[in-house]
Amino acid sequence: MYSEKVMDHFRNPRNVGEIENADGIGEVGNPKCGDIMKVYIKVNDDVIEDIKFKTFGCASAIASSSMATEMVKGKKVRDAWELTNRAVAEALDGLPPVKMHCSLLAEGAIHSAINDYRNRNGLEPWEEDKVHKAVMEEHAH
Amino acid sequence: MKGREYVMTRKVYMDNAATTYTSPEVLEEMLPYFSESFGNPSSIYSFSERNKKALSKARQQVANALNADPDEIFFTSGGTESDNWALKGIAFSHNGKGNHIITTRIEHHAILHSADFLEKNGFDVTYIGVDDKGRIDLSELERSIKDKTILVSVMFANNEVGTIQPIREIGSLCRERGVVFHTDAVQAMGHVPIDVREMNIDLLSLSAHKFHGPKGVGALFIRKGLRIENLMHGGGQEKGRRASTENVPGIVGLGKALEISCSKLPEEHLRLSSIRDRLINGIKDAVPHVKLNGADGAERLPNNINFSFIGVEGETLLFDLDGAGISASTGSACSSGSLEPSHVLMSLGMDHAMAHGSLRLSMGESTSEEDVDYVLEVLPEIVRKRREMSPLWEDYLKKLEEVK
Ligand SMILES: Cc1ncc(COP(=O)(O)O)c(C=O)c1O
Ligand SMILES: [Zn+2]
Repeated sequence: MYSEKVMDHFRNPRNVGEIENADGIGEVGNPKCGDIMKVYIKVNDDVIEDIKFKTFGCASAIASSSMATEMVKGKKVRDAWELTNRAVAEALDGLPPVKMHCSLLAEGAIHSAINDYRNRNGLEPWEEDKVHKAVMEEHAH
Repeated sequence: MKGREYVMTRKVYMDNAATTYTSPEVLEEMLPYFSESFGNPSSIYSFSERNKKALSKARQQVANALNADPDEIFFTSGGTESDNWALKGIAFSHNGKGNHIITTRIEHHAILHSADFLEKNGFDVTYIGVDDKGRIDLSELERSIKDKTILVSVMFANNEVGTIQPIREIGSLCRERGVVFHTDAVQAMGHVPIDVREMNIDLLSLSAHKFHGPKGVGALFIRKGLRIENLMHGGGQEKGRRASTENVPGIVGLGKALEISCSKLPEEHLRLSSIRDRLINGIKDAVPHVKLNGADGAERLPNNINFSFIGVEGETLLFDLDGAGISASTGSACSSGSLEPSHVLMSLGMDHAMAHGSLRLSMGESTSEEDVDYVLEVLPEIVRKRREMSPLWEDYLKKLEEVK
């Protein structure tokens, strides 16, 4: 059902945990849809220096969280923002179609942490694109 | 036999409610009917004689198991067909009397989707709720029966949480009120004693692959004299009531498997109930903040365990258990590909988070005390690790602190 990469990130998720004094915290999902992800970022010099997550959800939600955090670590904040759930799914060698919504969670949680960081620093939050917004509203926390 | 190697090699199958292996004795009984004695039982030449005999033997075996008459047993392609036949067959033969059907919210989809179909075709369906242990309320059932009610269908035992319904009481109520009573006994058959006479059952569905028979074969018990429309139209098999050339090997296997499981029933019931309770108590002792879903003791199938682990998602548990060689099942949404968790768990009044965290372990004749030990060795650590990375668990602990 899942690729080896998904199973690897599910069994040995990277970047699990919390960051004390994080610069931004984001959380998306709710118990109703069965997936919740919480992301902590540490930003230094406009670069995501460290990122940690906690996820309640299925194997693909956990694997996507792990892969997405790996992919944005060390990236410029704007580049991290541009990470799409599709890219995360591709990096995992694909997800079953019914599980694509679980990978959206990771993208959404990272966006929410970035905007929290921007808010705290007196910056305008960035706009989600429309499709994404609609999906995230369905999964609003 | 210790350390990693032990963990990697051990296989524990705890999904007997999904299906069981065909037992070797049953398979042996079936084998002659594939290539050796393959004749069509409807043919008149002597070559088919053995097959005719095999069919009547199997019919007798099923009748014995139910305290029914062999004339009341009709072979089908499984539990799903039996359920479809019972609902649609009674609906379309009794629509002169009325169009009202009563069932429950926790039935298998074979019943619920048949009921949907009937609703689209002019029938009224009332879905009775259940309490937090999965039991229907008899007085609600009684109040729901109207003049126009033609059928009550209540499952004998639930496939997810294992709750056994008061079938005898439902049977006498329906008899009193002159309403046909069907029960889906797919999960109960072979695990609890069933007597269709004593329990006033008019129709009963069963499926061979749930009690170590082959897949794709089942039966519907139809009380003598009950009017029922056909579901399968075609040839004149099964006394003109169920067309299609008989699945002789399958039917032989069904009969044999049922005979074996009924002969072992009293001791297996005791053995499995005790294993079940040991596993239930072991999980409760080893894992804090868990909830047993379903009923206790005699109101629960002896082979069913269903727990919710607060803060952990069901599919996650399945994969972690699978990694340790344990096969189990969940009512969580993410394993079914929809956002909604199982209708059964939600009908028990559970909140979404708890329903998403459910795990079903269903045991069978091959389940040993060592299997229970192994699950108890592996499961608590899996739950602990997944909770550690769960924001839901974190919130739960915070709320507990606030309450203090
Ligand atoms: C309660 C119940 N009814 C009906 C069925 C369907 O039986 P079958 O798979 O033989 O069609 C099942 C099997 O999962 C069941 O558990
Ligand atoms: Zn998911």
